[in-house]
Amino acid sequence: MNDAVMTSPIAAAAPRTSAWSRGFAHFRYVMTSNPVTFLAFVMLAAMIAVAVFGPSLVPHDPLATAADKALKPPTWQHWFGTDQLGRDVFSRVVVATRLDLLISVSAVALSFVCGALMGACAGYWGGWFDKLSGRMLDTIMAFPLFVLAMGIVAAAGNTIQNIVIATAIINLPFYARVARAEVSIRRNAGYVQAARLSGNSELRILIAKILPNTLPPMMVQLSLNMGWAILNAAGLSFIGLGVRPPTAEWGIMVAEGANYIVSGEWWLALFPGAALMLAVFTFNLLGDGLRDLVDPQRRT
Amino acid sequence: MSIHLHNPPLLAVRDLCVEFATRKGPVTAVRSVNLQVAKGETLGIVGESGSGKSVTSYAVMRILDRAGRIVSGGIEFGGMQLHDASEDMMSDLRGREISMIFQNPRAALNPIRTVGKQIEDVLIRHAQATHEQAKAKAIEALERVRIRDAARRYHAYPFELSGGMCQRVVIAIALACKPQLLIADEPTTGLDVTTQKAVMELVRELTRSEGMSTLLITHDLGLAGEYCDRIVVMEKGEVVEQQDTANLFTAPAHPYTRRLIRSTPHAAATIRDLMPDDQRLPLPPTMIVSAEPLLEVKNLVKQFDAPGGVLQRIKNRGKKEAGYRAVDNVSFSIARGESVGLVGESGCGKSTTSAMVMRLLDATAGSIRFKGQELTAVTAAAFARSPQRRELQMVFQDPHESLNPRATAAQSIADPLLRLEGMTNNAEIRARVEALATQVGLQHELLDRLPHQLSGGQKARVGIARAISTKPELLILDEPTAALDVSVQAVVLNLLADLKAEFGMSYLFVSHDLEVVRLLCDRVIVMRAGSIVESGPTAQVLSAPQAEYTRELLSAIPRPAHLPAHGAPVAEAVRA
Repeated sequence: MNDAVMTSPIAAAAPRTSAWSRGFAHFRYVMTSNPVTFLAFVMLAAMIAVAVFGPSLVPHDPLATAADKALKPPTWQHWFGTDQLGRDVFSRVVVATRLDLLISVSAVALSFVCGALMGACAGYWGGWFDKLSGRMLDTIMAFPLFVLAMGIVAAAGNTIQNIVIATAIINLPFYARVARAEVSIRRNAGYVQAARLSGNSELRILIAKILPNTLPPMMVQLSLNMGWAILNAAGLSFIGLGVRPPTAEWGIMVAEGANYIVSGEWWLALFPGAALMLAVFTFNLLGDGLRDLVDPQRRT
Repeated sequence: MSIHLHNPPLLAVRDLCVEFATRKGPVTAVRSVNLQVAKGETLGIVGESGSGKSVTSYAVMRILDRAGRIVSGGIEFGGMQLHDASEDMMSDLRGREISMIFQNPRAALNPIRTVGKQIEDVLIRHAQATHEQAKAKAIEALERVRIRDAARRYHAYPFELSGGMCQRVVIAIALACKPQLLIADEPTTGLDVTTQKAVMELVRELTRSEGMSTLLITHDLGLAGEYCDRIVVMEKGEVVEQQDTANLFTAPAHPYTRRLIRSTPHAAATIRDLMPDDQRLPLPPTMIVSAEPLLEVKNLVKQFDAPGGVLQRIKNRGKKEAGYRAVDNVSFSIARGESVGLVGESGCGKSTTSAMVMRLLDATAGSIRFKGQELTAVTAAAFARSPQRRELQMVFQDPHESLNPRATAAQSIADPLLRLEGMTNNAEIRARVEALATQVGLQHELLDRLPHQLSGGQKARVGIARAISTKPELLILDEPTAALDVSVQAVVLNLLADLKAEFGMSYLFVSHDLEVVRLLCDRVIVMRAGSIVESGPTAQVLSAPQAEYTRELLSAIPRPAHLPAHGAPVAEAVRA
């Protein structure tokens, strides 16, 4: 056949490379094309490293009290100073990273999976499930979300597991709505019809053909929600619902430190607050980069 | 050309170069283009996708997107230098002196404003009317583009109007301020042939009566041949030929022009005539294996429910004609090895019919018998698991939209093998996929690419390879070449004819393009408003149509007088 018409010389010369090396090349492209994305990924990597290795590297025991060293301002020995019980604030901020990340990641993962499945089924099949799930999500959205989370934790009990579930429930509508919209516009796309002709079952079409194509907008939602979930977990601890003292957690530390700001001991609340802000900032910056990573159209 | 030397041209483009910044560095889209449009002249720019014809017109309007810039060259319009004009000056010129009509009329109109208001906006912006007279002038503009009942249509929203009506409104907006130059960028692509004819004749008449110049950008050589005084042929960002229309068709100078004329189906007697001389193979034998029909469709009906909630349904209860009949009592049959063309304009029910035959949609009533077995017994939803699924396959209209953006070409082709043939061995699958790729003429190194990394023709081949991977007996081709350039269309049509001969498949070829149907089909069925208007052997229906509607369709096809008749050799004059 007449291939000269069909193929450019560049196309014919392109070598076959493995999926991994192509994936890496794409990652490198996304990182280099946008310095903000690169910064966000570096900050994320640093945060994960702190969460994993932090507890074994900190200079002081985050729970060890020392009455003689209470409320000391930052020094070379105690970088972020000490709190009212003489505990090292730096060590506590570092150790808290793991717990805060764990709560927010598992809460977001839970609402991502449940929300995406729920929204996808509603968008694909419509009908009574769509109506039922839609009204249920509206009900969740009708509450001030933080108050709803407070209510769930207060009713179900003050455990980490319940904080995760409460955070997941209040984030559920966002994922379900994005997934529903994205799936319903693709329900009768050409490639979906083609998949039907290829003998794929409806469930396989939804899970293997449509859902992966809805990832780019879901990723933006995911990274925004991550920051929000961290704030939410810290907020619950701040008002006394959630993680309980003496566990090191940014929200509790800010809450405890707040009492001492008036008397001039600013370091108690400032450093955990700054850590919290940095985490939220990182996740918000991450959104565009994550979307570009999972979008096949961005590959060449 | 001599006439243009006496008067200064209205628009002169000199050595224009346009570059786009991309991920792989700058790409030159338009390279030293020279063209002139005289007062009152209609100039056609013809070329295939990527030829730079649209970019040239965008450069004239200075509406290139952010990545594009004019690197060098000049654009002179009525004594003004447009290539370095300020944005203020350009926005004053646009709409008043130079207007543009875009390809998709619905996208060009603001969906939440009435069409009358949109015409007023332009008039007021360019001080052609005050707020008081604007309405009257807008209605007058609508009347000029022959929209019936203009005073009432003034209040219509774009979604309430058909595609052809929307394009008329766009033309009304473009001509509202009586510009000197009208740029029409594929103004009728996506419109039916009869609508195309009406729109083009309207443009011709209005521009002539106002003495306007027109720049018609199109991929359709036939359209340019019928409506343009002079034609510029572009290829890969360069002008390869510039001639009066008559000369271009009778004595094309450049090999690319010759190839383009040859690929246009109007002049060809067989599909082999579409191909360049050195790539022409003997025709595949036409073979109808037996008269026993492979597919028999009887009294097929598809009724869509009327929209509305419970209340509406209660109101309509007992009424027979609630809802909309997309397909009404359609019967036809296809013999083994036969190819049947199903033609009609948009909304005639041809796609609904093919979707029901393909078992993607359940019929309301009627029977579809395939090899003697009733297909409607199994619902469309359950048909994926039917053993007959592999014998009925389809090639979709849009090669890009029908490929999963996340799947490589090989994964797309392998999908039916995995699901319908139950193949599990990866090496075997790869071997089959490569064999299929060879059959459709797709290089093996392209198999690991994602759809957006392939050209339109390559995507079409992937779609065809996927459809024939289970060796189906009936293949439905839903406008398989509508989105392709003519030269690629020529290649794909030939490929389809060869594959049919090789595998002994039957084709149901759904199309709006009668010229393509003429080349590929043994029999043709003409549909209108859900029913069959006429059917019979292709030669008979197209040369001596019985139905008035078929005659109307045939006469609407743009066929320039200079183009040789069917089967006549094209570039003989040049070679002599």
